[in-house]
Amino acid sequence: MSLLDVNKLDVRHGLLKAVREVTFSVEKGERIALVGANGAGKTTLLRAIAGAHQSTGGQIRFAGSDVTAMPSYQRSKAGIALVPEGRKLFTRMTVTENLQLARAAGRPGAWTLEAVLEAFPNLKPRLHAKAGTLSGGEQQATAIGRALMTNPDLLLLDEVSLGLSPLVVERVYAQLENLMASGATIVLVEQDLKRAMRVATRVICMLEGRIALEGRAKDLSRDQVTEAYFGLGRAKPAEAGAS
Amino acid sequence: MIWFNQMLQGVLLGGYYALIACGLSFMFSVMRIINLAHGSLAILAAFLLFTLAKTFGIHPILGLAIVLPVMALLGWLLQRAVLERSARGGQLVPVLSTFGLAIVIDNLLFQAYGADTRSLTPYVGSLSYDSWGLPGGIFVGKLAVITFVTAVALLGGLQLFLSSTRLGQAIRATAEDPDTVGLIGIDARTVNATAAAIAMVTVGIAGAFLGMRASFNPYAGGQQLIFAFEAAIIGGAGSLWGTLIGGVVLGVAQSIGAKIHSQGFLIAGHAVFLAIVFVRLFLGPQTYRIRAAFGMGK
Repeated sequence: MSLLDVNKLDVRHGLLKAVREVTFSVEKGERIALVGANGAGKTTLLRAIAGAHQSTGGQIRFAGSDVTAMPSYQRSKAGIALVPEGRKLFTRMTVTENLQLARAAGRPGAWTLEAVLEAFPNLKPRLHAKAGTLSGGEQQATAIGRALMTNPDLLLLDEVSLGLSPLVVERVYAQLENLMASGATIVLVEQDLKRAMRVATRVICMLEGRIALEGRAKDLSRDQVTEAYFGLGRAKPAEAGAS
Repeated sequence: MIWFNQMLQGVLLGGYYALIACGLSFMFSVMRIINLAHGSLAILAAFLLFTLAKTFGIHPILGLAIVLPVMALLGWLLQRAVLERSARGGQLVPVLSTFGLAIVIDNLLFQAYGADTRSLTPYVGSLSYDSWGLPGGIFVGKLAVITFVTAVALLGGLQLFLSSTRLGQAIRATAEDPDTVGLIGIDARTVNATAAAIAMVTVGIAGAFLGMRASFNPYAGGQQLIFAFEAAIIGGAGSLWGTLIGGVVLGVAQSIGAKIHSQGFLIAGHAVFLAIVFVRLFLGPQTYRIRAAFGMGK
């Protein structure tokens, strides 16, 4: 049984179908990179899995139970954590408060405040600073730390490199390396194709709300992914596409 | 000495205004909702205490043991039935819906109790006129002092609750970003309903003191709302300690105004309120810096 089963999932933004009949599953310990152009539906898909956005059709099963109708806070308690795009920290609260709020998920485990600080040592001197005053890298570390504090079985990372300088992105990924090596199950959205294919075990490429290509990272070539990414190989374009 | 006395009485009166403003300020600062039914709800609490005192002979302070849970329940229902739905329609809709709610409450009270002016004063023994003598021939009313102390304790307690309890932190986080709290296991709906319940408990306490120090009738809510609003705005909307200071500024202004001219009581209060609003508008960013320097900034 897979940890996560997404079956024919439809998600809308008003009239726009952002995710169309997407089906895929995630096994325990897999690291899946979700790639695709802007507007392909990656963020919407992640948010729908986390329950931050309600789906309009299809089914999401997590650890054997149907979570399609569950609100986000219950999914968080069940073990799904999302590091949202744009980090979404509580800017008027301190780093410590941001991290400790995640205890509300009620999932004690290896990820405690101490463990997070060990993984992200750059947060140590900033514990009592308001999250809004942090640098981009520190904010991203706090956002990831906050998600980890729920001790998730499945971690969804949405564009952790967005808005960060290359150097800082390097550091964030270095910090994530231990996490990835520890066998955590991760689905990540990453714009940098090279990086995505390096850290992931499997790559899913989305195009206009559908999965255009899926395969093991080492079996796919960069050209194959690029082709799916831009939809170059298609005979005729799909019906009115996402922006 | 007479001016000092006047100032002191003003400060104590300010405690009462701060108490009245507490629930309004709490709702605005943590839930971003302007509750125009605030005054009417305080009057409702006063009427409930009045009924308990008149019918069952229960002292208003003891009556709070019954009324506060009722108010908490009302707050919960208010959030679930009215505020939550109307907040989805934008910031302005809760203002309209709570305005409507105020009219409903006022008229229901009128229906139930008639137009008579009531007070809880007869049920608190000598408390309403007892005083303590201070050196220099100054007397302070016992009830006024108790009101002030209650205001400080309530506002301080709430501030402490918000900053250092898990529920308090969850309330602040939910106020800032109700979508994101769900991702870390916090049920925003429950948290908001709890916050509304807490706000209504403070409104219940305010209603008790309102009834004990003065009289009220079914349509007295609007006047209370204005004082609460002025205290909250003077203190800087959304800061609980600021609300205490706002109440005191309003109380002192009224008290000094009354000393200058017998008609000056209300006028001085409103004038100070308007002056502060204009200063804020024109100096804008600078006042925030001043407030930040005094640790009142958000």
